[in-house]
Amino acid sequence: MELYRDAKRRLGGDPVAAWAELTGDPDQRRRYQSARGKGGLVRIGWDEALEMAAAAHVHTLKEHGPDRIAGFSPIPAMSMASHAAGARFHSLIGAPMLSFYDWYADLPIASPQVFGDQTDVPESGDWWDAAYLMLWGSNVPVTRTPDAHWMAEARYRGQKVVVVSPDYADATKFADEWLHPHPGTDGALAMAMGHVILRECFVDRQVPYFTDYVKRFTDLPFLVALDERDTDTRTPGAFVTASDLDLAKEAKAESRRWMPVLFDAATDRPAVPNGTLGDRWGKAGEGRWNLDLGDLDPRLTCHGHPAAETAVVVLPRFDEEGATVRRRVPALRVDGHLMTTVFDLMLAQYGVGRPGLGAEAGDDATVSYDDATTPCTPAWQEAVTSVPAQAVVRAAREFARTAEQTRGRCMIVMGAGTNHWFHSDTIYRSFLSLLLLTGCQGVNGGGWAHYVGQEKVRPYAGWQQMATASDWVRPSRQMAGTPYWYLNTDQWRYEKFTADALAAPTAPGALAGLHTADLVSRSVRQGWMPSYPTFGANPLDLGRRLHESGADPTSWVGAERDAGRLSYACEDPDDPANWPRVLTVWRANLIGSSAKGNEFFLRHLLGASDNASAEEAPPDQRPREVTWRDEAPRGKVDLLLALDFRMTSTTLFADLVLPAATWYEKHDLSSTDMHPYVHAFSPAISPPWQARTDFEIFHGLAVEVGRLAKGRLDVAHDLVATPLQHDTPGEAPPDGPTGPRFTLVERDYTAIGDKIAALGPLSGEEGVTVKGVTVRPLPEISWLGARCGTATRGPARGRPLLDTDVKMCEAILALSGTTNGRLAAEGFERLAERCGTDTGLGELAASVAERRVTFSDTQARPVQVGASFEWSGKEGPERRYSPFTINTEHFKPWHTLTGRQHFYLDHPWIAEYGEQLPVYRPPLNLTGLGEQPTADPDGGRSVTVRYLTPHSKWSIHSEYQENLLMQTLARGGPVIWIGVDDAASIGVADNDWIEAHNANGVVVARAVVSHRMPPGTVFMYHVQERMVNVPKSEATGRRGGVHNALTKLLIKPTHLIGGHAQLSFAPNYYGPTGNQRDAVTVIRRRSQEVQY
Amino acid sequence: MRVMAQVAMVMNLDKCIGCHTCSVTCKQTWTNRAGTEYVWFNNVETRPGQGYPRGYEDQEKWRGGWQLKRGRLVPRGGGRARRLARLFANPELPSLDDYYEPWTYDYETLTTAPLGDDVPTARPRSLIDGEPTAVTWGPNWDDDLGGGPEHLAGDPVLQKMNEQVRLEYEQSFMFYLPRICEHCLNPSCVAVCPSGALYKRIEDGIVLVDQDRCRGWRMCVSGCPYKKVYFNHRTGKAEKCTFCYPRIEAGEPTVCSETCVGRLRYLGIILYDADKVGEAAATEREQDLYQAQLDCFLDPGDPAVARAAEASGIPHDWVTAARRSPVHALISRHKVALPLHPEYRTMPMVWYVPPLSPVVESLTATGHDGEDPAKLFAAIDSLRIPVGYLAELFTAGDPAPVEAALCRLAAMRSHMRRVNLGEEQDPAIARAVGMDADEIEAMYRLLALAKYDERYVVPTSYTARTPGSGDLDAGCSLDGQGGPGMYDPDAFHIPLGPPKSGQEPEHAGTSLRDRVNLLNWNGRGRPEGLFPRTEGEAR
Repeated sequence: MELYRDAKRRLGGDPVAAWAELTGDPDQRRRYQSARGKGGLVRIGWDEALEMAAAAHVHTLKEHGPDRIAGFSPIPAMSMASHAAGARFHSLIGAPMLSFYDWYADLPIASPQVFGDQTDVPESGDWWDAAYLMLWGSNVPVTRTPDAHWMAEARYRGQKVVVVSPDYADATKFADEWLHPHPGTDGALAMAMGHVILRECFVDRQVPYFTDYVKRFTDLPFLVALDERDTDTRTPGAFVTASDLDLAKEAKAESRRWMPVLFDAATDRPAVPNGTLGDRWGKAGEGRWNLDLGDLDPRLTCHGHPAAETAVVVLPRFDEEGATVRRRVPALRVDGHLMTTVFDLMLAQYGVGRPGLGAEAGDDATVSYDDATTPCTPAWQEAVTSVPAQAVVRAAREFARTAEQTRGRCMIVMGAGTNHWFHSDTIYRSFLSLLLLTGCQGVNGGGWAHYVGQEKVRPYAGWQQMATASDWVRPSRQMAGTPYWYLNTDQWRYEKFTADALAAPTAPGALAGLHTADLVSRSVRQGWMPSYPTFGANPLDLGRRLHESGADPTSWVGAERDAGRLSYACEDPDDPANWPRVLTVWRANLIGSSAKGNEFFLRHLLGASDNASAEEAPPDQRPREVTWRDEAPRGKVDLLLALDFRMTSTTLFADLVLPAATWYEKHDLSSTDMHPYVHAFSPAISPPWQARTDFEIFHGLAVEVGRLAKGRLDVAHDLVATPLQHDTPGEAPPDGPTGPRFTLVERDYTAIGDKIAALGPLSGEEGVTVKGVTVRPLPEISWLGARCGTATRGPARGRPLLDTDVKMCEAILALSGTTNGRLAAEGFERLAERCGTDTGLGELAASVAERRVTFSDTQARPVQVGASFEWSGKEGPERRYSPFTINTEHFKPWHTLTGRQHFYLDHPWIAEYGEQLPVYRPPLNLTGLGEQPTADPDGGRSVTVRYLTPHSKWSIHSEYQENLLMQTLARGGPVIWIGVDDAASIGVADNDWIEAHNANGVVVARAVVSHRMPPGTVFMYHVQERMVNVPKSEATGRRGGVHNALTKLLIKPTHLIGGHAQLSFAPNYYGPTGNQRDAVTVIRRRSQEVQY
Repeated sequence: MRVMAQVAMVMNLDKCIGCHTCSVTCKQTWTNRAGTEYVWFNNVETRPGQGYPRGYEDQEKWRGGWQLKRGRLVPRGGGRARRLARLFANPELPSLDDYYEPWTYDYETLTTAPLGDDVPTARPRSLIDGEPTAVTWGPNWDDDLGGGPEHLAGDPVLQKMNEQVRLEYEQSFMFYLPRICEHCLNPSCVAVCPSGALYKRIEDGIVLVDQDRCRGWRMCVSGCPYKKVYFNHRTGKAEKCTFCYPRIEAGEPTVCSETCVGRLRYLGIILYDADKVGEAAATEREQDLYQAQLDCFLDPGDPAVARAAEASGIPHDWVTAARRSPVHALISRHKVALPLHPEYRTMPMVWYVPPLSPVVESLTATGHDGEDPAKLFAAIDSLRIPVGYLAELFTAGDPAPVEAALCRLAAMRSHMRRVNLGEEQDPAIARAVGMDADEIEAMYRLLALAKYDERYVVPTSYTARTPGSGDLDAGCSLDGQGGPGMYDPDAFHIPLGPPKSGQEPEHAGTSLRDRVNLLNWNGRGRPEGLFPRTEGEAR
């Protein structure tokens, strides 16, 4: 602050010049960066604070470009206007918003993989409808406290409850049965359940309900090529498509490429059914994108077909290093191609033989449940998980029997305990397979119920318009959070393995020797993932040159690349030109909560002090396609700006803290995935002291940026790169190499303050598009003009005003289908055009058309929303929301390659990792992947344990649990739960101070000794902040870190895939997830004398 | 037959999720004041565990409740003479260590720390003496089995059990026990108070401390075996759960019930025969006390009872409410609710449905079909939570009533599963637990479906008064300075120094002057204290 004031005084009062000097002088920059997080906060006035923040933005825009600024604010549903106000500011200036759901590792990447959908789950009231409920890695009483009573009560209705959890978790109290696999081995348990279900319900006997369901609603009947591996074995390849077999000749070539094929028993020929991706975008597909099989009778298996051959397929197994299994599958040869069905491959993968087919080892087709040597048998899983084989057989039978009896009313509530692993996608796919095989998905009372961080913005379309400022400018920059932090916090520099380390033994080897950073960079260059900062140059400078040249953006960029004049920022993330410079965090606690590899954030992003001791990758394990700079930068970010109503690690480390209003001091909207309502927040009091609402702060900042932009930025042209996006035609690119899309966008930086406060023209002119459906809210825009008034001058003249939080809430509700039946109906009508008129979607449209929710309705009481094209489920007063009921009841396809729910993924990168089918992958062996163990400083006793960070009672991350009453009901500070034997082995008694350390950092906490903890595993409940009762570490002499001090960010390369049907990017929808469950730590008892 | 009415509570432990919302909302309402930092009128204990204050159930140590001496009930802490002898040195009083030393944090450090060399942190500071402190004990130390087997072995209930309970991972069991004052029919706290400050209200049975009469002798703290009377070290008076009587009088549930997230609390009227209570409390065998107390309760559906109730002055709407009472239904009709520690002989009036879980697991582990009702009942004693543990809590060690209650819950699940899956019903299920299908479904309705208005059946209370009867200044006995009805927004987080001079506790007889209870005011006249005194007006 002193430096800034001094510079401003010397520079004639020019705040932008002052900021430029402050950040341009390495000594000054280092001085304030190294002071981050060490106290010394100075109180200043609002005018000065906003001016300084705006100066930083204007300087960065001019010097480095809009993509060097970023905003981070998660969970928009829980105060949509507060989120959207800031996101809108960022979108208007061209700054990326960073995704959070994938970054948090809450996004179950299996959902886009299997369903082609982000996450769509039943409201908690639908638990009541379930006849069999598994709580799998989800501690409902603790993390879904207000809804837990549904579960408790449904048991009285005879619902059976099975809890799968490694500890005796709170939910276990309600269970009929407690299965406790070793942490991270849940996938093996699910694979064994799948083995039993496939054997008993598909081979030994056929359950008509199941068979009919999987033929209609899953990819099981689709044909997959069997690629030659060597002379006598094969591996599963790509889906066989219409282009391969010269089918669907009436369709265009680029569509036929995306038309997978099944084998029709009626004609005894391969056929293209309705509803594949090839029907979704082209004109020819209109009326055909549906799940009506017509006269087709899909064959589930090639087995028993007179022309069937037997092929030997090699499949990976990951429970033994480098091992594979050989399985005989029935196959058919069509036009010279050998192919089989996904179902036949599933049986092979799950180790379920069939009479007459023969097994590889001998001729006996039947593998015994007691055969522990064959993957996926109950006995095999017992060796992996410790759960008795008999218990698994019993659970699988009960599950399947209940599903058969109730037509799919079995539900799995799956949670972060199984989702935050590196291989969570394979774990989840093995769970989802159980539900798909038994016809439980798209049924009330059945299906998956994933409740991890996903707070659903029910009025989605309107919020999205507000947040992305799509009413004024398109496209916005939406960045995938995980690769952003991976590159910009330099965690990639500490990663000492290449892609081969995790590839399957069956991998063709296309990625051999490549570092994950290389794969990130490839993904960006191929247009799969976004990357901001995009280029090694200011996109405003590029935009100016492009604008002056008048060329087509894509060919201009291609030419510049070819000439070697244009590099991608991700190819050299440590170049000062490619650093992120301004980061604004609001409604979030990045540094205290979600920052995996926390100490690397402190070191490289902020330039503050840290506790990490990890060594960087040696030369032979470094990236090949990403520049390695010998000295890693410390302190990339010029400004960390935080808005909050309480002190957190983020505000402590921020350069500028703006005091924000709480929920009870502002108007806003809220909705969740657990309830079908939209609620208003209403101020009980005005923001006290000097606090302001997020809405007001960002509007103030926008005005200030506009003021300082005059003469400095004015009207600029911005070259925006965007990836191939899901639910757009980009998800089905034509054959050949792919790349990002480039758009030249004009930005009038002086008009930012006017535009943020009014509804721009594009929502009406170009429509509002959600999940591929476009509606035109023209009547609503007129209504908003009348309701909110219109701007009387300036660039927004005549446009409806959004200058108060109430008006923004009103716009969100008016522009969304869930709260505005007219729009919902319009969307369903558009869908009916694409899906066909006999799907009943037209009738559905009529049934919702009359609903309308205004803001005052939500203020009076929470209002139930209606069914809309924005979501996949139906709902009404008599009907609980359950996802995919529109798909099952109206034959609307899933947003996937086949249009069905996928067991099989056919991308080449997926094949590298051997994950085409559900498979068990154990937790990572981090030592094997180069994470060096830490030596105990004084040679004392220590124990090495699995380090889990589940969510705790009484908290939303750090929030609430630091409240005095909650701390009083807990242990008064950070604690780590440890089992009795582990504690005894290092001489730790209950409430002793301990230190947990590994190469990534140090945690200082007290021990809670408990026999409910399994041996070899400790819990440090999520986000116990360093700000309350955390002493200095004995090991480093510095303040102990947060729970994420012991984690490091690892990207699973298969999450980087894009431009391939449902495997295509969308913000918070699909992208690499963070993960932290695989971490291992050393625990030791420390001196009980602590220093603060 | 002398009919009296009490507002009573049942908590269904099978539904408690241990969220502690009840504790927090109660604390925010009643004990967020200096002097009561350590006080939780409502707390939730994880069992097995030592509870709060630690080991309070060990009556050998604390000598709370009653005992039988030669067939006569006497306070376990001794007769009047012994009590008076210990007025100034009472060894059976829990110390602050047994509760916990309340603390706060140096939160201000986070905003005001000068530039240093490390991240600021807010360290704990005692709320008693204001000094930096280490947190070594709290009101909920055992939460979710925290503390390890050595610590949990200090659970007095566990120690009473004859059989060996293994506190090991595979055998883990736990449940939550939310506790408030029992508002006993035979309250020992009332009996031992030398000042007569504790009293049980005639109209609804709520046990209160008259803040005007309390002299701070703390005999009630010792006398209560549940340790639900607390000493306010600021005012020097005893305080306890008030059953939120101002809300109850208005027909509203207590705050703990109102905010119960798990929907496990039930409130309703119990009619009982006051003439039977003394004899019942003096029942010889401890195991018979449960039945003896049940026998005190009257059937509100019985016309004779209704007539006698109205003759005793119980308002008609109370008798009606007693018929709709969910508490009566769970205790007397369905017999799934049980009293907490009947062996204390205080005739507690907050009862509990024991937790049922998980039983099927142990059954199926032996290869049986866990859904088969007959086998289910036979296996109830192989419940993960040992029945013996529950019996020590609820029936002085007699497993039979606990097993009966659990079998009824299990039967309800079996019966309803068949309904739910559309299977043929089996009347034998209900018969096996002495019920029929209609009764089972009525109980199911109450436990699974009952909404707010069916869980909380609380008639409003008012007493028709004759104008001029002179009780207009009755006031509220709780709102003396620093007392339970008062709130000082800044007091709670501030570490205490020594009390400032001029803040001496008020003493009996002065605090209620100049107050008027508007609830009971008939609108006539100008009661003293309604308007500010004018200059010179006589006090």
